[in-house]
This record gives sequence, structure tokens and C-alpha cells, in this order.
Amino acid sequence: MYNFDFVKPSTVEEAVAALADDEAQPLSGGQTLIPTMKQRLNAPETLVSLLGIEALKGVTVGGDSVTIGAATTHATVAKELAEAYPALAALAGNIGDPAVRNRGTIGGSLANNDPAACYPAAALASGATVVTNRREIPADAYFEGMFATALEEGEIITRVTFPIPDAAAYVKFEQPASRFALAGVFVAKFADGVRVAITGASEEGVFRWSEAEEALSGNFSAEAVSGLSLDPDGMMADLHGSAEYRAHLAKVLTGRAVTAAG
Amino acid sequence: MKVTMHVNGRQVSGEAEGRTLLSAFLREELGLTGTHIGCDTSQCGACTVHVDGKQVKSCTMFAAEAEGAEITTIEGMANADGSLSAIQQAFQDYHGLQCGFCTPGMVMAAAALLEEIPQPTEAQIRHHLDGNICRCTGYHNIVKAIQAASGQPVAVAAE
Ligand SMILES: Cc1cc2nc3c(=O)[nH]c(=O)nc-3n(C[C@H](O)[C@H](O)[C@H](O)COP(=O)(O)OP(=O)(O)OC[C@H]3O[C@@H](n4cnc5c(N)ncnc54)[C@H](O)[C@@H]3O)c2cc1C
Ligand code: FES
Ligand code: FES
Repeated sequence: MYNFDFVKPSTVEEAVAALADDEAQPLSGGQTLIPTMKQRLNAPETLVSLLGIEALKGVTVGGDSVTIGAATTHATVAKELAEAYPALAALAGNIGDPAVRNRGTIGGSLANNDPAACYPAAALASGATVVTNRREIPADAYFEGMFATALEEGEIITRVTFPIPDAAAYVKFEQPASRFALAGVFVAKFADGVRVAITGASEEGVFRWSEAEEALSGNFSAEAVSGLSLDPDGMMADLHGSAEYRAHLAKVLTGRAVTAAG
Repeated sequence: MKVTMHVNGRQVSGEAEGRTLLSAFLREELGLTGTHIGCDTSQCGACTVHVDGKQVKSCTMFAAEAEGAEITTIEGMANADGSLSAIQQAFQDYHGLQCGFCTPGMVMAAAALLEEIPQPTEAQIRHHLDGNICRCTGYHNIVKAIQAASGQPVAVAAE
């Protein structure tokens, strides 16, 4: 790994000022960034740790929404949202392993937007709002394809607000070596309709399956999607699964998620 | 830069670069080689230590991030009189190790689990060990050791 300067500010303003430098990059839990730096896929000159900023940490439960600070770990979300938003807590509690959950954060996961990551599916299906130091970005406008997001240079996520659905569930089929999703489906049922987001499957990263959303909004049952199919065109294909396999898997998991949501 | 932390109850300082990993700092700067590096890619868990009471992979955290933190490594697990802790003794009694390379990480993971869930089920133990790889034992005896250490009956008694 190439060397870098390490700074740990205690306010968002200081962090934003340190990140104004082109060669500076935020460090949150480091569970993605450190491995990529070891591989020299990433070589920032300055790392700005966000974990010293108390304002970026913690969970707030409102009447019909929950707000999670960007530097809140997966373990904290798993523990503190178990009652307010159980599907989201369960998703967080199944990311990687206990050590990854004690360091990894929601802000890092959403900024990275790995095509097989779990949180992007939750944010998109819940219709979450990604709040940054500059603006509020609705999830529908935030995810821009594999590892791509609406975030600009020097812009950091400060918190994420999730509306709480009437019913929801996330089902992931784990790639056993990495524990990332080979495909994962988050289904969220609101009074005005159902949202379905699929991760791990498409070359474009997380996406909404509108056909399933329509079918489920009329009839919230696994049968409603059993006759549908996802187009394998544009699905990821690798040694773990072909495009056809992933398309089929995503459909099967959608049915399971609906059943789990009840 | 100079980094200061509490390791196994003692305040220690050492030199680190920005890129110095906590695992390297513990092993090379402090000479605490009980923390093993199996993969250096966040996969195997051999480097597991506790930072402020939480289990983390020390190969996936910079030493500078541990400034001021309380760190516990395998060297801090034995009882005050030097005898093995209940978890360590159970690993010996139930043959929870063969080559022993993964064992420091397994013991640290087990200790974190029992702190959170004093009497875990077999499924909870296996779920908790998701990030700790053992190439020797096939895990069964590790699970038994943790069940035994938590004071629960174990299916097959030790010989
Ligand atoms: C063994 C292992 C298993 C894993 N399994 C899973 C899994 O099953 N599912 C899953 O979803 N993920 C998994 N992950 C990834 C994990 O969830 C990471 O924690 C997460 O993807 C990144 O979060 P982080 O806080 O560690 O971010 P970092 O690694 O610190 O940062 C990631 C990227 O985001 C940027 N960044 C960080 N915070 C912000 C911010 N607030 N604003 C703007 N940019 C920011 C950084 O500059 C960097 O580019 C796994 C990781 C490992 C090592
Ligand atoms: S050496 Fe840290 S996880 Fe393998
Ligand atoms: S005892 Fe050899 S790797 Fe676990």
C-alpha cells in the first residue's frame, strides 16, 4: 500500500475542508477502502477519517421514518433498529461477519455502491433519502450504476433517512466465500404501493423491478410474481452464476421476500 | 507519527506511518506476535483483536485509528495467574485446534460472542464464526469448545 497522511477531524466542516484537496479521500469503516488500497486500486494522498465526528454517528427513530448517521456501523443498525425497522436491522446483521459489522458503516456502503452490496437494495426499496453536506438526494436519483453514485467530488454523506414500510423483508442468496449477495431482493410495502429493489444481479448495479412492483401492489403474495420473469440480458455473469441463473434467482428471491414480509 | 494506545491493560506508544496496519503495529512494533496474519485481505479472521471491547480484524484497520483505544489481543486472554482462561482451556480440552494458526482469532471471536450472548446456541456460534476460517479442524470441535466454555453441555464428551 502506498503511504498517505492520516487526519481525523471532529466536525463535518473540518472534514469537508480537508477533502477539498483533490488527492484526499474519506475513510469510514475501511472495510472496503483498506482492501482496495492494499491492492493499489486506490492511492489517496490524505485519508480523512470520519469516525471522529460524533454528529455522523447514531440512529434516530421518528414516527414514520428512521435516520441513520453515515458513520453508524452495521452492528449498531442491527441492534438499535430491531424494533423500529426489523427488515433493515436484519439486513445489517447479516452483512459480512461480526468484525466487518463492527467497523463497516452505512455511509461507506452507499458511497461505494458495490453491485452486490446489501444497503443499496434497502435504500432504493424504502425510497430513502441520502443527505450530504450539500443537499438531499432521493434514492431513485442516487444510484447511477456499478460503483457509481450522484455524489460529487468532495461531497460526503452525512445521514440517510428511511421511511418505514408497512411490511418489508430482505432476502439474500449469499456467495459463500465473500458473503456478499449473489442476488438479494428487498421488498417494501407502503400504503401507496410496493417497491422492489434487486442487488447482486445487474451489470448496472441495484435496480427496481417495476413489473414485480405493479403485480405486488395489486396482490401482495408470492404467486403474484411467480409468472413474471427478469430479462437475463444485462445481468452479471461470472463463475458463481450465469446471467440466466441470476435472473431466475432474483425472481425466486422476490417471491421469498414477499412471503417473509407477510 | 507516534501512536499511543492501551494494549492488554498497559499504555504503549510506538511509531507508525499512516499506512501501518494495526496488525503490523501489534506484531512488529510491540512484538505481540500472537495476533496472526493469515490472509491480509479481511477474509480469515486470524488477526481478530478487540478494540474498545469490539471484535475487529486488525489487518483491516490502521494503527492510527486505534489512537487512545483499549486493545485486547490473545496475549491478554490468560487469567491473571497465567493459567488459561475458560475459553482457552476449553479449546485444549475439546481439541478445538490442530495447527493452531487460526486459534488466536477464534478465541477472540468466541470471547466477543460470549460477552454478548453468554449461552449461545450452536447456530449462533456458527453464525458468529462466519469471518473466522480454520483449515484444520472442520469447526466441530471449535463449536464444542465454545459451548463448553459457556457452561453448556456438549454432545460428545472430551476424551
Ligand atoms: C469480509 C467482508 C465481507 C463483506 N460482506 C458484505 C456483505 O455481505 N454485504 C455488503 O453490503 N457489504 C459487505 N462488505 C462491505 C462492507 O459492508 C463495508 O463496510 C462497506 O461496503 C463499506 O463501508 P465502510 O464504512 O467500511 O467504508 P470505507 O471502506 O471506509 O469506504 C468505502 C468508500 O466510500 C467512501 N466513503 C466512506 N464514507 C463516506 C461518506 N460518508 N461520504 C462519502 N464517501 C464515503 C470512501 O472514500 C471509499 O471510497 C463486506 C466487507 C468485507 C471485508
Ligand atoms: S489476516 Fe486479517 S482477516 Fe486474515
Ligand atoms: S487449527 Fe489449523 S487453521 Fe485452525
